[in-house]
Amino acid sequence: MKKLALLLVFVLAVATFSVGCGSKDKAAATAGEGGVIKIGVYEPASGDNGAGGKQETLGIQYANSICPTVEINGVTYDVQLELVDNESSTDKGPTAAKNLVGKGVSVVLGSYGSGVSIAASDIFAEAGIPAIGVTCTNPQVTEGNTHYFRICFLDPFQGTVLANFATDVFAAKTAYCLSKLGDDYSVGLCNYFQKAFEGLGGKVVYETFPDGNSDFTSYVANAIKANADVFFAPVSTEAAALIIDQANAQGMDMPILAGDTWDSNVITGAAKGKNVEIYVTTFYQEGGNPEFDSGVKAWIEADSTNLANNGGNTDLAAVTAMGYDAYFTALEALKAAGSPAPADVMAALPGVSYKGVCGMITFNETGDANRDIAYVKKCNTETGAWEFVAEQGVK
Amino acid sequence: MDFVRDNLPYILAGISVGGQYALIAIGYTMVYGILRLINFAHGDMFMIAGLMGVYAVTWMPLYLAIPFVIIFTVILGFAIERVAYKPLRSAPRMSVMISAIGVSYLLQNLALYITGGLTKTYPSIPWISNTVKVFGATTKVVTLITPVLTIALVVALVLLINHTKMGMAMRAVSRDFETARLMGIKIDSVISLTFIIGSFLAAVGSILYFSNYTGVMPTAGAMPGLKAFVAAVFGGIGSIPGAVIGAFIIGICENIIKGVGWTTFSDAFTFALLIVILIVKPTGLFGEKNIDKV
Repeated sequence: MKKLALLLVFVLAVATFSVGCGSKDKAAATAGEGGVIKIGVYEPASGDNGAGGKQETLGIQYANSICPTVEINGVTYDVQLELVDNESSTDKGPTAAKNLVGKGVSVVLGSYGSGVSIAASDIFAEAGIPAIGVTCTNPQVTEGNTHYFRICFLDPFQGTVLANFATDVFAAKTAYCLSKLGDDYSVGLCNYFQKAFEGLGGKVVYETFPDGNSDFTSYVANAIKANADVFFAPVSTEAAALIIDQANAQGMDMPILAGDTWDSNVITGAAKGKNVEIYVTTFYQEGGNPEFDSGVKAWIEADSTNLANNGGNTDLAAVTAMGYDAYFTALEALKAAGSPAPADVMAALPGVSYKGVCGMITFNETGDANRDIAYVKKCNTETGAWEFVAEQGVK
Repeated sequence: MDFVRDNLPYILAGISVGGQYALIAIGYTMVYGILRLINFAHGDMFMIAGLMGVYAVTWMPLYLAIPFVIIFTVILGFAIERVAYKPLRSAPRMSVMISAIGVSYLLQNLALYITGGLTKTYPSIPWISNTVKVFGATTKVVTLITPVLTIALVVALVLLINHTKMGMAMRAVSRDFETARLMGIKIDSVISLTFIIGSFLAAVGSILYFSNYTGVMPTAGAMPGLKAFVAAVFGGIGSIPGAVIGAFIIGICENIIKGVGWTTFSDAFTFALLIVILIVKPTGLFGEKNIDKV
């Protein structure tokens, strides 16, 4: 039922917003004489990363509402989003991916979370469908294949940036790292952080927690006992909320650092009114493109389902901006390919360049975007909002 | 003093989470004692109670919300027994167990549908969510009151079972189902009462547990439920004091293991313990001896 309702929303969105895509499309847009091009959205809507996945999907949906058609070689096609829920789970992801393949999509966007992207990679490869990772930052996503691309920075970069930030700003000597067992994203990011931090002369205490754990008391106690200067926990937002709560309960006074996953209103909501210090690196800083900010906020506010998917308010997550850029990158690829066939899109993708709200997107030889800067934000626990701290690069 | 301050958080966390497991474990062990059924839906009842807590505070003031959550969970437990287990009373035991697994998935997916898959934050309850300092370690008040409340509830429950008519009926039913029925005991009301007590304790447990670990998601009941089940088996399934002691041991050991740095193996320990117990002493610490009836 829910899927049907969502589909209905898209059909309506396509119908109502079809004028927004430049005047030359006006006549053609309503007809869409070329037929329909399907873009797969492979994102989690439930599970550990459900909140983030939904926000990323919102960006894609907003982009689709602004530009629901694409002109390829003078023929206008309607763009239809096909949504599947990979449930943040590496064993359910492949089934969702097969579902997309069965629907005959030209290109896939997603996923939030590197683990599920890696899990579905082979399915897309076999079907010859190119995929554009939006915010999956683990290097393995694009490594050793030709079909997976991505528009965000990578964990080796992000981990190094955070390690630099910890030593630059807090003069940290000891860092406590916490990751989830078997989670490619947090384990990977912790490893890169550890490497960089030890390279800068620091010491790392590294621990992991098992799936389904919600008791973080002992982990926070361990960090305090280790006399750490920073607490690095690039875990899912669900676990993050529990860690923040526990850190507050035990009066942990060291700053908590995390990666892009934490740039979410789940975190600001959990930290509001609590005595914690949280810093994250992220892709997009609100205010970077005021026109986009106000547009997407108005769009989210206009629909109660969208509002609920964004966590009940219009706070903008970086992943939403990234989702928006990913959609337009896909459209650019379709235009460059000259046909909706997945193989043509795949061939065209390496040459695509697009100026998105999160910066310029060009791909290198492994299919990763060329990015060299990350934004650092701090959570203001009084207002429950993110505050811009600095742009941080790697030394 | 430093040693105490460094290590106290683990012990406190262990005792508190142990108390919460104990409250769930009693539900498993009582139902098993009476029906010889492992009620797999019990962990999910616990999760639903937590979810209800999240929604109830948005509908009504807190002093009404807490009794509401408890009453709702009790009614749910009662209803599940009537709808999913009672019609299978004379069916093979395996059918009831499959029905229990079905109920468990139903509750999880219902929660998934209602929450949309997103974690809900449990409301903070005044006083018990506050932080206190104990010997230099900072923790929540709920950590301290959990063991006290758990033990008080268990003592009350044991008194109820040993010194009331209904308790006598429960003991009789757990001894011999058929004979108890022949003696004029209303089996159905005894079973209903068992589920009501189990659900009541699960609801109290959920308030304590989620006040400490504030994220409620559809699978939030799975892990505590599983560990409470291990605790019940460890203590000897069917025995209430056994379940409580088992739960405290598991809660404390789990946190000590995390404290000494083997965080990766904290869950593995719990389940390894289950295997060892089943091999070495299948009836658990206080389990009844299995007498073969001719």
